[in-house]
Amino acid sequence: MKIAIRGGRLIDPVSALDTRCDLYIAAGKVVGVGTAPAEWHANREIDATGLVVAPGLVDLAARLTRATLATELAAAAAGGITQIVCSPDASPVLDDPGQVDMLRLRAQSLHGAQVHPLGALSVGLRGERLAELAKLHAAGCIGFSQGLATGFSPRFLWQAMQYAATYGYPVWLRPEDASLAAGGVAHDGEVAARLGLAGIPACAETVAVAAQAEIARATGARLHLCRLSTAEGVEAVRRAKAEGLPVTADVSALHLHLTDIDIGHYDAHCRLAPPLRSERDRDALRRGLIDGTIDAVVSDHRPLPADARQLPFAEAAVGASGFETLLSLILRLAESERVPLADALGWAGYRAANAAALPAPSLAVGAPADVVVFDPRAYRVVRSSSFTSAGGNSPMLGYELPGLIRYTINRGHLAYDAGTH
Amino acid sequence: MLSKRNLQLDDRGELHHLLAIEGLPKRIIERILDTAESFVGVNEREVKVVPLLRGKSIFNLFFENSTRTRTTFEIAAKRLSADVVSLDVARSSTSKGETILDTVANLTAMHADMFVVRHSESGAPWLIAQHAAPHVHVINAGDGRHEHPTQGLLDVFTIRRHKPDFTRLTVAIVGDILHSRVARSQIHALTTLGVPEIRLVGPRTLVPPELARLGARIYTSLDEALVGVDVITMLRLQNERMNGALIPSASEYFACYGLTPKRLALAKPDAIVLHPGPMNRGVEIDSAVADGRQSVILQQVTYGIAIRMAVMAMLAGAAR
Repeated sequence: MKIAIRGGRLIDPVSALDTRCDLYIAAGKVVGVGTAPAEWHANREIDATGLVVAPGLVDLAARLTRATLATELAAAAAGGITQIVCSPDASPVLDDPGQVDMLRLRAQSLHGAQVHPLGALSVGLRGERLAELAKLHAAGCIGFSQGLATGFSPRFLWQAMQYAATYGYPVWLRPEDASLAAGGVAHDGEVAARLGLAGIPACAETVAVAAQAEIARATGARLHLCRLSTAEGVEAVRRAKAEGLPVTADVSALHLHLTDIDIGHYDAHCRLAPPLRSERDRDALRRGLIDGTIDAVVSDHRPLPADARQLPFAEAAVGASGFETLLSLILRLAESERVPLADALGWAGYRAANAAALPAPSLAVGAPADVVVFDPRAYRVVRSSSFTSAGGNSPMLGYELPGLIRYTINRGHLAYDAGTH
Repeated sequence: MLSKRNLQLDDRGELHHLLAIEGLPKRIIERILDTAESFVGVNEREVKVVPLLRGKSIFNLFFENSTRTRTTFEIAAKRLSADVVSLDVARSSTSKGETILDTVANLTAMHADMFVVRHSESGAPWLIAQHAAPHVHVINAGDGRHEHPTQGLLDVFTIRRHKPDFTRLTVAIVGDILHSRVARSQIHALTTLGVPEIRLVGPRTLVPPELARLGARIYTSLDEALVGVDVITMLRLQNERMNGALIPSASEYFACYGLTPKRLALAKPDAIVLHPGPMNRGVEIDSAVADGRQSVILQQVTYGIAIRMAVMAMLAGAAR
């Protein structure tokens, strides 16, 4: 399919492009910027006047399962996401190369976003026996993780990271000390004290960041810290990076906007892992993102059935459906922090890709045609009924957010067209 | 955004559910106390029944077991002539996999007018109130470690009967504040009624510093905290607190935080002693204090019936 996107504002930080011009796509690649290739004719003309044309978003955190893959990849397209790193705590757990093959083949057949799985670091994510990392890597895993599971010993991690370092595989970990977080459901602060919710102290994160960074230092393994949530955690990552440790980090888009106060009267949509923390923490996460301590903003997409929320706060399942609010939350943050759009798009763009050692998305001629076209000035009220995702669970429901995605193109294939939705 | 709204009051600002003391206006707390005052008389009569709630159906939904609180709610409902059904949901429907909201929907279909809910998770009555039919009222009879509003109300009712001017009181609450729904409700009731000084007393494991934000001062020494106080509330220490590293033993706890006659003498001579029950004699309170002249612990039990009658009558619109 040949697509011409005309009159839009092309923003591509990788090729230092921010200009109003046409983009030409053919055979899954960008074939022209500004000028059409010889003997050009398009199957599809897209009028992007007043719209932004940018590389598709790179989302480093989503939970995908084979059963719901088609729906959730459609949701990713509706969210402008063209590359997804998915966590191994799917069902079944990605601790078996066959499962990884099947997931990737199914994703390819759906013409959805490129799916880059993280393999399980341990069999069944139990933190006891090492999974077959080399075989999983051969099947397409780009790194290894324990998903949400944090119950493993420092000794297991030390050995697992030595093994991973042998082959240069990165290890992605959620920095939360399991015993300090045990039983907790909310940030250990005033809100939890008032609502009578069991707290997860900030030191659950700092203790884990320190331990994981030290083990990375000792083993030489590359470490990606998933979902920072505390001011002290950001500071610990800043120090580790300053010391030259091979550490990267991400933050969930929700944690850049919400705090524990948003739990209100037990809003189970705010039951997240890590927990929403204080305003001071949120501000530190923003500063850490802007100064580059935190590499990427992620959706942490975890769609849940509606009844998973019809429970008391502590019993509700953890997570939010995040694909379809990721871009809006990035735009909202860029607006309130006065960050240029090109830089902000990098948070779920080239910066995220670099952290995951994936090729940086670009609009340069010859690059894969992964493109999002959106209206940065249009606002919409977030409603679960307008989600493509099967999970309507989002703490952003009812909020008015900037950014309307009009088109998403995956490898030259028009995966989302707001006009037909 | 139901969960962002205070569901307790209706559009006219009247009480629709009783879920927490936090957020209740002073005028409503005072009206509940005044209404309870009129029911104290009923409870002292030969015939202890009034027909205010005749024909109303009240369901006690105890997802967590509690004989004492459930019994006082049953007595209160019966004295108002309501039909009352107590369901031991902890053992019946939920163990068959039925969700809380399914249970509530089924009972609403049986024309329930009011649910009295106890649950081991903080916020559960809030969830039920969010999904309740508009004519149904929900009373929180204790949710996790969050609130136990009728207990808080009966505490301030008992205090008011002895010390009518809240704006001159110093109150000490002693023990496991962190895990106590009783303490949270009492603190909110006292601050709303204008008590200028509330002292929370205990080791940092049971009284973390964030609790000061509820409008209280934190003390780690009971002897210092008791000096000059008018009211002392002793909280029950659950045995399970001694399983981890919160406190070492009952005897060390009693040595540091047990209320003895010697310590009670540090308070004002006319200070009163409250306890939500059931007491652990020799753990948080010495028998000589529990049974002494300054103890109002049994009055709390008696007034608990009047308070619950008042709340039910007000919710049903029978005491406006």
